[in-house]
Amino acid sequence: MEQFLQQIASGLANGAIYACVALALVMIYVSTDHINFAQGEMAMFSTYISWQLMTWGVSFWFAFVLAVVFSFVLGVVIERAILRPLHNAPVLSIVVVFIGLLAICNSVAGAIWSYLIKEFPSPFPKSSFGIAGVIGPHQLGVVIVTLVVLGLLFAFFRYTPLGLAMRAAAQNPQMARLVGVRVDWMLALGWGLAAAVGAVAGIMVAHIVYLDPNMMGGILLYAFASALVGGIGNPGGAVVGGFIVGVLENMVAYAGNQIEKATGIYIIGNGEKLTVALIIVITVLTVKPAGLFGRVVVKRV
Amino acid sequence: MPAFPKKLLWVLLALAFLVPLLHPLFPDVVSDYRLFLVSTMIIAAIAVLGLNLLTGFNGQISLGHGAFYAVGAYTAAVLMDHLNMPYWATLPCAAVVCFIVGYLFGLPALRLEGHYLALATFALALAVPQILKYKWLEGLTGGVQGIVLSKPEVPFGLPLSEDQWLYYYCLIVMVVLYWAAANMLDSRSGRAMMAIRDQYMAADTMGIDTALYKTVTFGISAAYTGIAGALSASAIAFVAPDSFNIFLSIKFLIGLVVGGVGSLAGSVVGGIFYVLVDNSAQALSMFVKNDLGLQFDLSAYTVFGILLIVLMYLMPMGIVGGVYLAVRRLRALRG
Repeated sequence: MEQFLQQIASGLANGAIYACVALALVMIYVSTDHINFAQGEMAMFSTYISWQLMTWGVSFWFAFVLAVVFSFVLGVVIERAILRPLHNAPVLSIVVVFIGLLAICNSVAGAIWSYLIKEFPSPFPKSSFGIAGVIGPHQLGVVIVTLVVLGLLFAFFRYTPLGLAMRAAAQNPQMARLVGVRVDWMLALGWGLAAAVGAVAGIMVAHIVYLDPNMMGGILLYAFASALVGGIGNPGGAVVGGFIVGVLENMVAYAGNQIEKATGIYIIGNGEKLTVALIIVITVLTVKPAGLFGRVVVKRV
Repeated sequence: MPAFPKKLLWVLLALAFLVPLLHPLFPDVVSDYRLFLVSTMIIAAIAVLGLNLLTGFNGQISLGHGAFYAVGAYTAAVLMDHLNMPYWATLPCAAVVCFIVGYLFGLPALRLEGHYLALATFALALAVPQILKYKWLEGLTGGVQGIVLSKPEVPFGLPLSEDQWLYYYCLIVMVVLYWAAANMLDSRSGRAMMAIRDQYMAADTMGIDTALYKTVTFGISAAYTGIAGALSASAIAFVAPDSFNIFLSIKFLIGLVVGGVGSLAGSVVGGIFYVLVDNSAQALSMFVKNDLGLQFDLSAYTVFGILLIVLMYLMPMGIVGGVYLAVRRLRALRG
């Protein structure tokens, strides 16, 4: 039983990470209809920035803030410089540009910091709490940090004029432009915010998966699955989807373990995590493309 | 885009067949290593050709063709390793297996378009190495270790070295596949494929069985890339799961974009190109370090990434398309 609870707790911690990356994906998708294949690699790059700052002696949280600000700026610059001119380009061109970004981020990080796997510190105290048997301090910290970030984002979009303008620009660009919202800049800001949220996820997960240029591949795939489960056009759904997929991932591995113990037959385990994500992605896309909370889009022909 | 000039094609082909015969005259220029490199280029060209059939001519985006390459390579490797099948007999088997796998993947892909199909295939590409390591398949695939094979032997006692024979073998396969693809595209079916790409709804209304064409194209495209995979398994004489990662699929994409989306000749150019860049990455890195004085390990993927983005701006039709446009503009200038 305790093992079961542990699995759920660690699933929630992973889920928090997926939720962040999925939210970043959804933020870009909602405003521009693009799926950012480079989201994971951008987050990885920001994580390296924070690592670099820490090796120069900056404290964890200060490095965290600097890296998040850096990713925000990077996101804005990428949107303005690379994606803006392609706004009406065919889908293939946009996908290709994202793959190009992915390749650049990955190889440049490898070139600067090498492909050797690095340890990444955890900012949370090692001491144990009352529920320490079930959830480790780092996992609990990850959940809290991501919940705080999500809360801040929610408050920003819900209660500030700028957040309102950004929502308007995403929902109805033409009307927003008519009432004086600078839609182009809102899209760029959205990109910056998405990159910043992704960076939070990267820095939080680096302690768990260790730091290397390919660390976000699997996480990005799970984030896609989360975003799709929640409905790719729905930010709240993406967050819920992240937690669902995180727990599901651990439950599948746990069930596989139990089956192997009981019957001695290996069906599924930790080695099949990405395959599980692939199955989730394809199933949701083909069976229920709107996800759990998404609206079904009706297109006029 | 117009067809490649036929005369030029014949000349190139004749040259390609004659080059290894120059080995006794210029042993350093036409070395075995160079011929092996060209063989890998030919294999790459076939893989890109397969991707182009799907993405370029049928409009279905795939970021996961590395998966079909892997299926082809493993089919060939398993058949050679477990059933002692001769290397040449594995090609049709790989083609059939990949056709079936591609056709099956094409069924859910029918419901996806644009970004979503890109997403599903991207997920496939990410998951491939793990699927190959699946415990139940270990007996067949050799798990993480992969399978070690032997290189194709020279048949009929021909006076060729192993690499020379490999070169001819790959070249013959490519010529046959290229010819088949060109003829298919020039037929009623080919026009139907392109009609689906250009105007899906109109094609549907005209009575084209769009679902059938899309899934079969997926199968054929996978079969082409799978044959390339099978060839690479015999050429490198080794398969291992981690070589079929997402970056393999990105290389095919590079070949597609550089050569030209929807151009058969472009696929060949694209395949040659990415192998060249991949192989000269070390030299490029040295150039950046020593001649430009930058402390930076330039890798092939930095070049690939920058090229992907720049080409989308400057030459969305790829190098072959770009050259063609330039020639046409020059002619127009002359009057």
